Amino acid sequence: MKGNPVGQNAHVAPFERASRDGRSGVGRTGVTRIVRRAIGKGSRIGEPLERDLVEVLGRDRVEVGVAARSLYSRDGSVIRGGRAGIVCFPETTEEVSGCVAAAARHGRPFVPRGAGTGLTGGAVPCDEPVMVVTTRMDVIHEVDLERRLAWVGPGVVNLDLSRHLVGTGLHFAPDPSSQQACTIGGNVANNSGGPHCLLYGVTSAHVLAVEVVLPDGEVVVLGAEEGRAPGYDLRGAFVGGEGTLGIATRICVRLTEDPPEVATLLLDFDRVEGAAETVSAVIAAGIVPAALEIMDQRVIEAVEPFVEAGYPLDAAAVLIVELDGLPAGVAVAISRIEAIGSAHGARTVRVAADEDERERIWKGRKNAFGAIAVIQPDYYLNDTVIPRTRLAEVLARIYEVIEERDLMVMNVFHAGDGNLHPLIVFDAREPGVMERVLDAGEEIVRISVEAGGVLSGEHGIGLEKKRFMTMQFAPADLEAQDHLRRAFDVEGLANPAKVLPSGASCGHVTSLGRAPEGTWV
Amino acid sequence: MIDLTTLRAEVGTKGPVCVRGGGTRWAVGGTVGGARVVSTPVGIEALEPAEMTVVVGAGTTVADLADALAEHGQEVALDGPVGATVGGALMVGWNPLRRGRLGEVADVLLQADCVGADGRVFTAGGPTVKNVTGYDLCRLLVGSLGTLALVGRVILRTRPIPEAWAWMGGEVPSQLVLEAVYRPAAVLWNGTRTTVRVEGHGADVADEVNRLVALGLVETDQPVLPGVRDRWSGVLPAGGVLEVGVGVVHRSDVVAPPAVPIGVRALGDRIRDAFDPARRLNPGRDPHRVAA
Repeated sequence: MKGNPVGQNAHVAPFERASRDGRSGVGRTGVTRIVRRAIGKGSRIGEPLERDLVEVLGRDRVEVGVAARSLYSRDGSVIRGGRAGIVCFPETTEEVSGCVAAAARHGRPFVPRGAGTGLTGGAVPCDEPVMVVTTRMDVIHEVDLERRLAWVGPGVVNLDLSRHLVGTGLHFAPDPSSQQACTIGGNVANNSGGPHCLLYGVTSAHVLAVEVVLPDGEVVVLGAEEGRAPGYDLRGAFVGGEGTLGIATRICVRLTEDPPEVATLLLDFDRVEGAAETVSAVIAAGIVPAALEIMDQRVIEAVEPFVEAGYPLDAAAVLIVELDGLPAGVAVAISRIEAIGSAHGARTVRVAADEDERERIWKGRKNAFGAIAVIQPDYYLNDTVIPRTRLAEVLARIYEVIEERDLMVMNVFHAGDGNLHPLIVFDAREPGVMERVLDAGEEIVRISVEAGGVLSGEHGIGLEKKRFMTMQFAPADLEAQDHLRRAFDVEGLANPAKVLPSGASCGHVTSLGRAPEGTWV
Repeated sequence: MIDLTTLRAEVGTKGPVCVRGGGTRWAVGGTVGGARVVSTPVGIEALEPAEMTVVVGAGTTVADLADALAEHGQEVALDGPVGATVGGALMVGWNPLRRGRLGEVADVLLQADCVGADGRVFTAGGPTVKNVTGYDLCRLLVGSLGTLALVGRVILRTRPIPEAWAWMGGEVPSQLVLEAVYRPAAVLWNGTRTTVRVEGHGADVADEVNRLVALGLVETDQPVLPGVRDRWSGVLPAGGVLEVGVGVVHRSDVVAPPAVPIGVRALGDRIRDAFDPARRLNPGRDPHRVAA
């Protein structure tokens, strides 16, 4: 068989679709050729790789149309300029392996992708890689209530698993704010957090085992349902690999017992520092709540009209505290937190009286982002971690950085583990604003690292932060990280140009753009 | 400030070297033969109870660290026999018996300053309790038996010591015990008897104890476990004790090395080769030979 499939009927379809943004049926190969040229120079569509992928998935699950490639060229981040190659929709481990092996045979990189809610460009493709989209692998394969574990496909949406478990007395603990859209495969890739990770730990603590297609197409199971698997903790090394170590195709997650008692508190303050100091003092007092979240005044003003959570509009900040466990421990913690809050200037401490009030308090927090869009059309969200004893001082510095650059910031963040989420809102049409935004973002990262913190608490490095890696790591540190990466990905084909500052460049993917829809803080 | 200069000089760039901690689990994963013994720093650099972290030399004993943390009402999810060191406990990577409340060793190590096989110092992880910056080398190091790098200075996550606790035991099926308590720290089964440790606020623990008494359990001492650790295969060996829901069984006989799938083994070997091409760090020891 000849290498070039153009003109062969079996390969016409994708270009026909491309011709009218999706689903048209132009049937002449001549048209196909014209459209093909229009797709762009350097696009190698129609090559043997496509043929091999079609062999694995069938024609209808291999997309080469302009619309699909455009859609899969961006993610939840503000990074623009990505260029997707062939987009694949496998449904089984064997199919993922087939896609990856095909890419490897042709020396073409691949990029795994879940729901695309990532915030640092981890799924933004550089230079037309094969996109392996796992959203169709959305089967909950097995729930073992007695052993408190479940095997799920990577495309299962985080919240869908929790919904599936309602009534069993168990739940999946990681709860990123994007949980109604993000997939568990994406949670594994990013080692995702969420408000309740303060007590229960981030995704890595809830992944017992993971079936992985390695970058050469080989399938391995890392970790074990129970007990430690022999050898290195490859499961632990894989989680948080941002798609550069392979593709998770089945994930064994730990299920957590629902707490018998849950109390949600809302404290409000005249000063943001009061809320921050309360958080530091609560941790210092040896209390580890299930969640400790701060929202500042701008966020409150944006959110309250929508959710009517009862956040006082005149407060400089509110602090949401959730306590769970057995009743006596919860009751004692409530009174201790009331005392600590009052000592740091809390005006009122409200304990949610019922489930409805509890839900509204959380709804405000979890939907903060949607409400923010009414203030300014564009945003740039950062994610750093600082020591919990230095929250008040670092927050004050961040407000200064913003003011110095004539920008606006909204803070809504996981205060309990020192995880800051300063959100700079702006209008990109204003000349020169982008430079000031980027400059402020870099300064916030620098301040965080200088305060003894780290670049990212839960969003990862992706493309956005790899240039900052040298702020936190020395060359020898980065080399050690590269040892791990290269052991998994010998040929350098898995999501290249991400995480580590060295390696292939993805030069054109740098610009910030307009706020994508459906993003969460 | 704990300094790795001495460790670095002792490791150098050539010849096999090994670290001997307390020597309490010295044969786990194979024994080292004919390697120079180097020593890691001892002492606590910084207790930071308000951060719930501690900065400590790998050569410090687990017991000394526990004593120092207890003064601040905190503890760390490491345990081991008398004399075991922090570095040893991390490198062996066995989870504490109370993991249901304390958590796992994999989640304890926040940052590790190491000397690599090339004699250079590098840092894995970071100082904060939450961190996804770069690759998770800390989890890779836990349980690595010192075969990837020699860990000298570490930052660990601590936890508040529970206000109250109790060990309860009785000839009752484990499932009934599990249904009676919330997040027990440990549940053990020896074939006839369940032993459980409950922890938390005093009044809550008292309630749970009452529920367990109603099931027929009585207050008991922490059980003494047989010395060999193995993976739970579904059948309890004679004299063995199972950590229920954890997949670890403690037994007194000898355990065969576990079966490791070829692909997993090959990946593990590639990692070791990348970090230590000459296999000079703790030669003779191999995490693939550790059963559980």
